Amino acid sequence: MAIQRRQFLASAASVVAAGLAGCAATGDDDESRPGVSGETLTLTTTTSTYDTDLLDELNAPFQDRYGVSVDTVAQGTGAALETARSGDSDVVMVHARSLEDEFMADGYGINRRDLMFNDFVVVGDSDDPSSIGGGEDVPAAVTAIAETESTFVSRGDNSGTHTKELEMWEGAGIGSDEFGSWYMEAGQGMGEVLVQTDQQGGYTLSDRGTYLSMQDEIDLEIHVEGPVEGGPELLANPYGIVAVNPAVHDTVNYDLAMAYIGYITSPEGQEIIESYTVDGEQLFFSEALAEEPQFQQYVPEEWDG
Amino acid sequence: MIGHALTAGYAVLMGAVTGSLLPLALEFPFEWHYIRSIIRVSLHVSLVAVTLSTLCSIPVALLIGFKEFRGKTLVTSLINTGMGFPSVVVGLVVLFAVSNEGPLGTFDLVFTPEAMIMSQFVLAAPVITGVTLAAVSSVDQNVRDAAFAMGGTRIDVALVTIKEARYGIATAVLAGFGRAISEVGSVLIVGGNITGPEGISQTRTLTTAIQLEARQGRFQTAMLLGAVLVVLVLLVNALVIRLGNGGGRYR
Repeated sequence: MAIQRRQFLASAASVVAAGLAGCAATGDDDESRPGVSGETLTLTTTTSTYDTDLLDELNAPFQDRYGVSVDTVAQGTGAALETARSGDSDVVMVHARSLEDEFMADGYGINRRDLMFNDFVVVGDSDDPSSIGGGEDVPAAVTAIAETESTFVSRGDNSGTHTKELEMWEGAGIGSDEFGSWYMEAGQGMGEVLVQTDQQGGYTLSDRGTYLSMQDEIDLEIHVEGPVEGGPELLANPYGIVAVNPAVHDTVNYDLAMAYIGYITSPEGQEIIESYTVDGEQLFFSEALAEEPQFQQYVPEEWDG
Repeated sequence: MIGHALTAGYAVLMGAVTGSLLPLALEFPFEWHYIRSIIRVSLHVSLVAVTLSTLCSIPVALLIGFKEFRGKTLVTSLINTGMGFPSVVVGLVVLFAVSNEGPLGTFDLVFTPEAMIMSQFVLAAPVITGVTLAAVSSVDQNVRDAAFAMGGTRIDVALVTIKEARYGIATAVLAGFGRAISEVGSVLIVGGNITGPEGISQTRTLTTAIQLEARQGRFQTAMLLGAVLVVLVLLVNALVIRLGNGGGRYR
């Protein structure tokens, strides 16, 4: 019996050792290299930028140059900002100006820059049961969807796209109390909602980038174009990038966050955004570089000094 | 004995997975090092979590199983309730704990494998405790009395009980492992599903990778990753069961 006990203790000890070794191996930092090398930048962003794989292209040169790693966490705009509010990320890349302004007004964000834009499109089944195809009038299109009670899949997740979609209904004078069983809140990312819309043969509002990158997997068509293809300005989709305020959260990696913002808004970063294509189509358009001062990007929308 | 399985089995498992999937790899839509890093993160997180849970759960289960005390039924019910914790809720609780503003915020654990280990620990521990408790409770009282009568100390009695209940305990550990490696809700929240430079997984597990593929409508590759997960669980099960049989031979 004593021998058995020794065996048991030996195996228990080896398990503990293995566990500790595992923890140690993942937790160490290389202190010997100079500067920012070896540090980690946590970027919370939206599923629409993540799922298009643009960030892989953008981050690789940055990671190489500084010897750092960019940890990208894809969430909805609401969740991405919330993570940043608790100081768990260093920089946020999102697309809902009203939520970004609120984030900065509350003191959590600092040094916002306009980054890039594309647009939203109303996509749906190729049968087009509400016959909205080809129209440029967003309010008329969504009114038609509501009147014919065609399935509409909403993100329902407080994301940038969801925020825009609610603006769209509001613009048509349709309140959330008028949503019937045809209006479905998926509570999921853009890709999932597109798949769901495809399965159910309805309509949804999507950013053009995610729609284009998933075109091969789904059978949906664009019925109302956004401003990139000459549609209404209401469907514009501007992306901004904001650093987390180090005065509020002293643990954030502010230096590296600003280096990242600097890189991504530089001619090099903007060139990568401009030249990124999926199936020959450009997904995002650069917006950070301009000879004229663009004061609007530093202050809340409709700020008059 | 479970300890040996983990330490020695880790390398064996990686080899076995790589080997058994090689024919499949020819038409695999991913970089091979990407898959390997995901498997490594999955195994690392779940095995460490289950090991730690086992080390905590078995003594607790023995203690509860041997002692008669007021409220024992209540404690047992609580443990059994813990088996049904929704993983998303566990993920949120762990996120609050490790978040910068949480009580463990100073350790900088959010979006790390360590945070994922914590949440899987919380998920697996009730399962292992509950099933182990059922197993040791069913060991005949006479066996324990005999061990005690032969002059065994309390630890000896406990070891005899563990030996008698080893199949039940192995089942408990496997159930805990199954719960840990298959859950997606909490690791997604506390881990963040991150891949580092060159597509090496940092906190992406097989389950969160499947979720990502499904989100992008790539159902086939999602299914393929699902198959990898099943093979992995099958291998771990086979290893533990083989070990259990090996222990039996020396009785």
